[in-house]
This record gives sequence, structure tokens and C-alpha cells, in this order.
Amino acid sequence: MTRILSGDLPRSRVLATLLIIIAVGLVAAPFVFPGARSLNVAAKVAVFVLLVASYDLLLGYTGIVSFAHTMFFGIGGYGIAIAAAKLGPAWSNLLVGFLASLVLTALIALVVGLLSLRVRAVFFAMITLAVASFFQILASQLSDFTGGEDGLNFRLPALLQDRLVCYYAVLAASAALFLALLRIVNSPFGRVLQSIRENEFRAEALGYRTVIYRTVANCLGALFATVAGALYALWLRYTGPDTTLSFAIMIDLLLMVVIGGMGTLYGAVIGATLFVIAQNYLQDLMKLASEATAGIPLLPNLLHPDRWLLWLGVLFVVCVYWFPTGIVGKLRQARSVPLRSSRAA
Amino acid sequence: MKRDLLPLALIAALALAALPLVPSGATWLTLTIAGLAMGMMIFMMASGLTLVFGLMDVMNFAHGAFISVGAYAAASVLIALKGGMQAPSLAENLAAMAPALAAAIAVAGILGWIFERVVIRPVYGDHLKQILVTMGGLIVVEQLIHVVWGPDQIPLPKPATISGSILIGDAAIERYRMLAVVVGLAVFAALWTMLNRTRLGLLIRAGVENTEMVESLGYRVRRLFVGVFVAGSALAGLGGMMWAMYQESVTAGMGMQMMVVIFIVIIIGGLGSVGGCFVGALLVGLMANYIGYLAPKLALGSNILLMVLILLWRPRGLYPASKA
Repeated sequence: MTRILSGDLPRSRVLATLLIIIAVGLVAAPFVFPGARSLNVAAKVAVFVLLVASYDLLLGYTGIVSFAHTMFFGIGGYGIAIAAAKLGPAWSNLLVGFLASLVLTALIALVVGLLSLRVRAVFFAMITLAVASFFQILASQLSDFTGGEDGLNFRLPALLQDRLVCYYAVLAASAALFLALLRIVNSPFGRVLQSIRENEFRAEALGYRTVIYRTVANCLGALFATVAGALYALWLRYTGPDTTLSFAIMIDLLLMVVIGGMGTLYGAVIGATLFVIAQNYLQDLMKLASEATAGIPLLPNLLHPDRWLLWLGVLFVVCVYWFPTGIVGKLRQARSVPLRSSRAA
Repeated sequence: MKRDLLPLALIAALALAALPLVPSGATWLTLTIAGLAMGMMIFMMASGLTLVFGLMDVMNFAHGAFISVGAYAAASVLIALKGGMQAPSLAENLAAMAPALAAAIAVAGILGWIFERVVIRPVYGDHLKQILVTMGGLIVVEQLIHVVWGPDQIPLPKPATISGSILIGDAAIERYRMLAVVVGLAVFAALWTMLNRTRLGLLIRAGVENTEMVESLGYRVRRLFVGVFVAGSALAGLGGMMWAMYQESVTAGMGMQMMVVIFIVIIIGGLGSVGGCFVGALLVGLMANYIGYLAPKLALGSNILLMVLILLWRPRGLYPASKA
């Protein structure tokens, strides 16, 4: 078990329990929670765990703020979608589309990284924002190719048309890649990334070429996001700007990483699960609250189901200030504080 | 110090380069005025952001929220004063616009003041947290706009005497664009005079160049910074109002949409430089209009291309001003 988790154990009983519940819940979802909606939620959790984990590699482990992560997510989605819709639903076509999107991602991530990672974090954030919005406009304007605002619906090979098979394929791929990411962040390479995050100057002084490490981390994060995009496209059998490229998803991603906990991949699991469930079920709850407060001025508006992002935004700001390590950090801290003091004694 | 006029020549060069590509001189004039007007409005929105960054090294991703809030505040006033807006006399139109302008500036400025206290103050010196927290602030403010003003976009017609266009030769020029150019020039002149001719401006420029030195001479840069932040937010509110009237509608997402262009502008101009921001905004505005006419699909791409080219020429922007 330690080997599978790359030696990075949850280090908190509550966290371990939560992770086991999530894992078991995802595996058993088709049988325990029947119905199309809950299966959709489960698949979205599976994909977003991977996507958020890949973003955490950048934000939490390397200290790079990128706003282009959904662009890579979208490239993965469109790679599958364009191949399946234009060339037909054959395995070889999907593979071609998938490989093409990986190559495109690697190229863009490399160029953007080399151009702007050598300067400060702010610069990179601004440039990725510009590039991502350009890409979004490009995707909506090349409508012959990408389906424009409507996106692309497509069919898959017969085997994947079965929802259950497709679900488990997505889940397995996502789990395997998550473990691969765990391996990466706990490797010597991952340690160098963390040292760059903590003190770039010192890492440089120790002889590590920080620009190269950052660029590699940027490309790796982007590639994993591309795979997540491909998985999501396979599950939805649809790719469009709203499901992959939109800036709203970028904000969701930020919320998931920060609320779950930056700098630990388990944070991605917790954050993504919590967020996707909130996205799907919190609104029902808020609707009840909004109706219950109907007489009071302004309050029903604050509790309106469409305003759920407001509360997550507040939670996000609070997290950044007071719990920069998020839920996972808090859970781990609860146990490690007495441990550290006993060691010191 | 020698004046560096090359970037100014760049604006003229861009305008001249477009001349042979556009079919007629009249179209060219229309496009150029449109580009200048757009550039002026972008400048109003971007100038505060670049100064804030230059002075305190704070990158405020929530700047777009001030743009939206200013626009909404102005829209509320303008809707209340509908009669004045639709009246056929210029004086009455302006009388309706003046309180709207004041509202936009005041509301955005106050929001900026609160924002600086509550959101930005705890995260000085930490870029990563600044980006995250201001991003979170943007989400919250955008949602609060929905709470206060409702989720739908608000239509905002131009005042009666400033809509429509006038003919100069064969070129049709929208009246509102000329107004935008005038207002933009006035803002730039005021900012430039303040920065270059007053003691306050001297301190701000010195603070942008070397904060510690100004502090060690006994000036409270932090207090200066709060002032600049509030003024920058107010300018964003003004720009938001102008832009909303130009687009004839107000949406909560408009600020965020503008942020992309604003970032491109302040990177082109050199972070922290108001003059650079002005030149950058005009370049981006002209480019967007020429390319929008010649090859509409490439408009935003052309701005990114412009940014890359300028960074290849001057890696720190046209007029590098800030430290590091």
C-alpha cells in the first residue's frame, strides 16, 4: 500500500477515512446510487480529481499560477471530439486525436513556459490568461472544425457506448494517473519543485536550473490536464466551450485546489469531491433556504440557488487567508502538532 | 533623461501601415477614430492597475470588478434620469450624465477603498496569495452585483444628442467615440500633470522607482498607495461607465472580459508606467479596429501577437518603470 501511494500516506485518521469513503463511493457508485444524475456526478468527480491534482502540481507544488489549465483540458476534449466526430468512432481515430492533442499541448506549454516562466509569477498568470482567452475565442470561431458555441456531439466505439464500461474505464484511467502524479510529486524531481516554491533563489544556488524544472512541471501539468479532458469527453460523448474551455471552469478549479488544500494531492481528491457534490446538490438546499426566507429583503437573493458561487468564493478567500493548506492541511495539522512537540521534548 | 519617443512613433507607424490596406481614406479615418476611442477607454480602465502594481507590487486581478461596479452604479443613475437622457438638448443630456459619472467614480472608489483594507492589506509581498485572493474577491464582487442588480444584463442607451454619427467628408464618425477620445485625453492630461508637475506625483513616481528609499526619507508610501488604489478604482469605474455606454449594455462579466485586454496593455506599456499604458492602450485599440475590419476572426490574436512582438523588442515593455 505504501508503495502504491509512493510513501505519501494520508497521515491523518480522518483524512484516511474520507479518502477510503470517496474511493469506495466512486467504485460502488453505479450500484449504490442508481440513476443517470448520480453516475454523472461520480464520473465528473473522477475526472476532476485528476484535473485538480494536475493543477495542484503547478499551483501547490511549484508555486506557478496558470490560468491556461482549462485550455489544456479543452485541447484534450476537442482532440477526442474532433477525431470521433469527423473521422468516425473507431479506436484508431480516437488514438490519433488523443496523440495529436498531447503533442499540441506539449508544444503550447513549452512555448508559453519558456517565454514567460523566467520572469515573475504575476507575469505568467497574466500571459496564460491572455493565451487561454484567445484559445477560447479561436475554438468558438473555427465553428466548421470545433462546432463553435454548440460544441461537438459524437459516438464512441461500441464497447464504450455502454455507460457502465465507460464509467469504469474513466475511473480506472483517472485513478492510475492520479497515482502516477503522486509518484511524480514524491520523486526527487517533485522535491526540487517544492524547493523552488519555498525558495527559488536557494534552489538556484544549490545548482538546480529552476527555469527548466518549472517548464517541465508546466508541461507535465498540462499533459495530465489534456488526458483529463480526453476522459471527460469520452464520458460526456460531447465537447463544447462550456464543458471544457470556459473561464468559469478555471475558477472552479482554483476553488477546488485551494479549498481541498494546496501542496498535497489528497487535497485535490477532497476538494474536487466536495465541490462537484456542492455544485450538484447545494443548489437544491439553497433553494429551500431561499424559499424559507422569502419575506425578508435581500436575504432570499443572497440565498438564491444561482448564487452558490458567492458562498464558495467567500470560502475561497477565507481559505487563502487562514487555511492556506486547506481542508487536508487542517486535518493533518490536528494530528501532527502534538507529534512535533513530543519530538521536540 | 532623454525622452524616448520611439513608442509614440509606433502608433503613427501602425496607423500609416493600415492606410494602404483599408479600401478608402474615409473608412480608414472611421477606423482610426474608433481605435483611438477604444484605446482611450481601455487606458482609463488600465491606468490605475499599472500604477498600483508599480507602487506596491500588488497585482489586483479583481480590478475588473471595479469596472463592472462603476458601470452598474452609473446605469442605476442613468435609468433613474431617463428623461434627461432622452431629451433632445445636449445640456440636459450632460446634466443627466454628470451625476451618473459621479456615482460611478464614487461607488468604484469606495469599493476600492474597502477592497484594499479588507482583501489586499493582509497579503502584501506575497504574489501567489495576491493572485488567489484578488481572484476570489472578483468572484465575490461579481456575485454580489448579481445579488444587488439582478442576474440579467441591463440595456443602457446612449444619450439622445451623443448617439448617431457625424460626417467628415465621406467618413462617418460616431459622436460618442469623439466624446470618449475627449474624456480619455482629459484623463491622461490630468494624470500626466499630476504625476509630473505636483509634489504628490513626484512621490508616486519615486515610490514606483524605489519604494524603500522614499520610505527611508520619511514618507508614508503605504498611505500614498491607498490613495492611488482608490483613485485607480475610481478611474476603472469611470472607464466602466464609458465602456458600458459604448456597448449600450451592462453585464457583471464585462469587467472580467476587459481584464484580458487590460493585462495585454499594461504588459506592452511596461508594468508601472502610465505613459506606457497610454501608448499600449492606443496601440491595442487601433490594432483591434484595423484587424477587426480586415480579418475579424483574428482580433484578439492580433493583440497577443502585438504583445509578443513588443516584448521581443523591449522585454520589459515600452517604458519599463517598476523595479525588478
